[in-house]
Amino acid sequence: MIDQLRYHRRRAVNGVVMGLAGAAAVSGLLILGIILGTLLYEGFSGLSLRVFTESTPTAGSPGGLLNAIYGSVLMTILGTALGAPIGILAGTYMAEYGRNTRLTMTVRFINDILLSAPSIVIGMFINVVVVYRMHHFSAWAGGIALAFLVLPVVVRTTEDMLLLVPNTLREAASAIGSPRWLVILNVSYRAARAGMITGVLLAVARITGETAPLLFTALNNQFMSTNMNAPMANLPVVIYNFANSPYPDLHQLAWTAALLITFTVLALNISARSLATSRFKES
Amino acid sequence: MNDPIIPGGGVTVQKPQLAARESGEARTALHEKVSVRDVSFFYGESKALKSVNMPVYERKVTALIGPSGCGKSTLLRIFNRMYDLYPKQRAEGEILFDGKNILDPKQDLNLLRARIGMVFQKPTPFPMSIYDNIAFGIRLYERLPKSEMDDRVESALKRAALWDEVKNKLGGSGLGLSGGQQQRLCIARTIAVRPEVVLLDEPTSALDPIATAKVEELIYQLKHDYTIAIVTHNMQQAARVADYTAFMYLGELVEFGETRQVFTKPAKSKTEDYITGRFG
Repeated sequence: MIDQLRYHRRRAVNGVVMGLAGAAAVSGLLILGIILGTLLYEGFSGLSLRVFTESTPTAGSPGGLLNAIYGSVLMTILGTALGAPIGILAGTYMAEYGRNTRLTMTVRFINDILLSAPSIVIGMFINVVVVYRMHHFSAWAGGIALAFLVLPVVVRTTEDMLLLVPNTLREAASAIGSPRWLVILNVSYRAARAGMITGVLLAVARITGETAPLLFTALNNQFMSTNMNAPMANLPVVIYNFANSPYPDLHQLAWTAALLITFTVLALNISARSLATSRFKES
Repeated sequence: MNDPIIPGGGVTVQKPQLAARESGEARTALHEKVSVRDVSFFYGESKALKSVNMPVYERKVTALIGPSGCGKSTLLRIFNRMYDLYPKQRAEGEILFDGKNILDPKQDLNLLRARIGMVFQKPTPFPMSIYDNIAFGIRLYERLPKSEMDDRVESALKRAALWDEVKNKLGGSGLGLSGGQQQRLCIARTIAVRPEVVLLDEPTSALDPIATAKVEELIYQLKHDYTIAIVTHNMQQAARVADYTAFMYLGELVEFGETRQVFTKPAKSKTEDYITGRFG
C-alpha cells in the first residue's frame, strides 16, 4: 500500500528544492546578463576605428586604445608562452611519471596555494624580484607576472586531464612495445588533448583581465611602445586609471576597453567549452 | 628480500636444464614457448601467486581459469612484464621465453612486449583513426613506405576479421566502432606487430554472445601462427578454444593439462568442484 501522504510530501520537498536551484541558476544568468548589457550599453557607443588605430589620449584630446591592446596581447602571449609549457611538463610529470610520489604531492600542494594566491601578491613578488633588480617597470616583468598566473592553472588542468585517461589505455600502448614517452605523446596527450587545450585557454582568459600583477610590473605607458624593456600600456591598467579619472571622455574609453576585455574572455571561454565538448563527443 | 633476481647466477643454473628440456621436446614435438618456473608474485606485501610452474606450448591455446582473485590475470600480466608499470608489484622466479629468463632486470621491456602482445578485458582503441591504431605499433619498430604500410594494416585487419566492416572508414576514429569491433581492432593491432605470443586477458567478458563467437573463431584461426594464452572466467569458453587448461585457485596452480582431460577427468577434486559449479 502506497503511503499517499509520504509520497506527496516528498514531491513537495522536491518541488521546493528544484525551485530554489532554478532560481539560483536564473539569478546567476541574470547578473551576467546585466553585466554584459551594461557593458554593451556604455561601451559600444565608444567603439570606433579610432579605438584600434590611436594610442591612449590625455584628457580632452581624442585617442584610442591601440597601445593598450597591443601591450595586453603581447604580454598575454608572453605569459602564456612562458607559463603553459612549464605547466604542461609539470602536470605531465605529476600524472605520468611521479604519481603519488612525495615530490608530486608537494608540488600539488604548493601549486594549489599558487592557484589561490591573490594576483596582487604575484605582482608584488615580480616587482621585488624583477622590477626592483632592473630598476624600472617593463613589459618583460608584466609577462613574467602573468606567467605565474598561467602556471598553476595549466599544471592543475594538465594533471587532472591526464589522470582521467584510463590506465588501461596506457597499458595497451605499452603492451605493443611502445616506450613510455611515446605512450604519453601519442596516447595520453591525444586522449587528454581537448581538456589540456581548454586549460590553457582558461588560463589565457584569466590573465587577460588581470590588473593587479601588471600594475606593479608593466605599469602603463601613455604612448605606443614595442620596447619590452620599458613600461607598456595594457587594457586592465588603462581601465583602472581612466575609470579613476574625472574626465567623461576617458570614462568612455574605459568602458570600451572593459567591453573589449570582457568579450574577448567570453569568446575564449566559449571556444574552450565548445572545443572540450566537440572533442569529447568525437572520442 | 626485494633484491632482483641475480642475472648471472640465474643463467648458469638454467642453461643445463634448458639443454635437457630441448632434447625431451624433440621427441614429443611440443615446443615449450614459455616456461613458468617457481613464479611468485607480490602486490606490495600480499602474495598473489605461490610458486607456479607451468608450460605454454607453441602454437597452442592455453587457458587460465579459476575463480576471481585466483591470480590468473596476475600470471598473464607477468608474461609481458605489464606489472612493471606499477612500482609496488614484483615477481620472483623465472619465466623462460625461448629459453631466456624475461624476469631478468636487464630484459628490454619494449622489445619483449613487441614479441609478446596483449589484448585486454575492455577494448582499448587508441584515440586516433582506425588506420593509425594499427600503424602505431608497426611504426615503432619498422619504417615502411606508405604502400607497404597500407598492406600491413589491411592484412592485420583481415586476420582479425574486421576488414570488411571498416575498409571504407579507415580514417574514422577507432572509438566510433562497436565494442566487438573495437576488441577485434585491438587484436588486429596486436598481431600487426607480428608478435610470437598473444596474451588475451578475458577478451570477451565485455562483449555480447555474437561478438564473443567472432573473437573465439578468431582465436581458433590465430593459433596456427601464434602461441596464445587466454584468461577467462567462462569455462565453456576455455573448453571451446583451449588446447591446454590451467586451473588456478588462491594463487596456486591446482592443475594443468590437456583441456579435454581437465574438463572430463580432472586429477584434482578441487578442479572437479570448480568446473562442475560447486564453487567459484
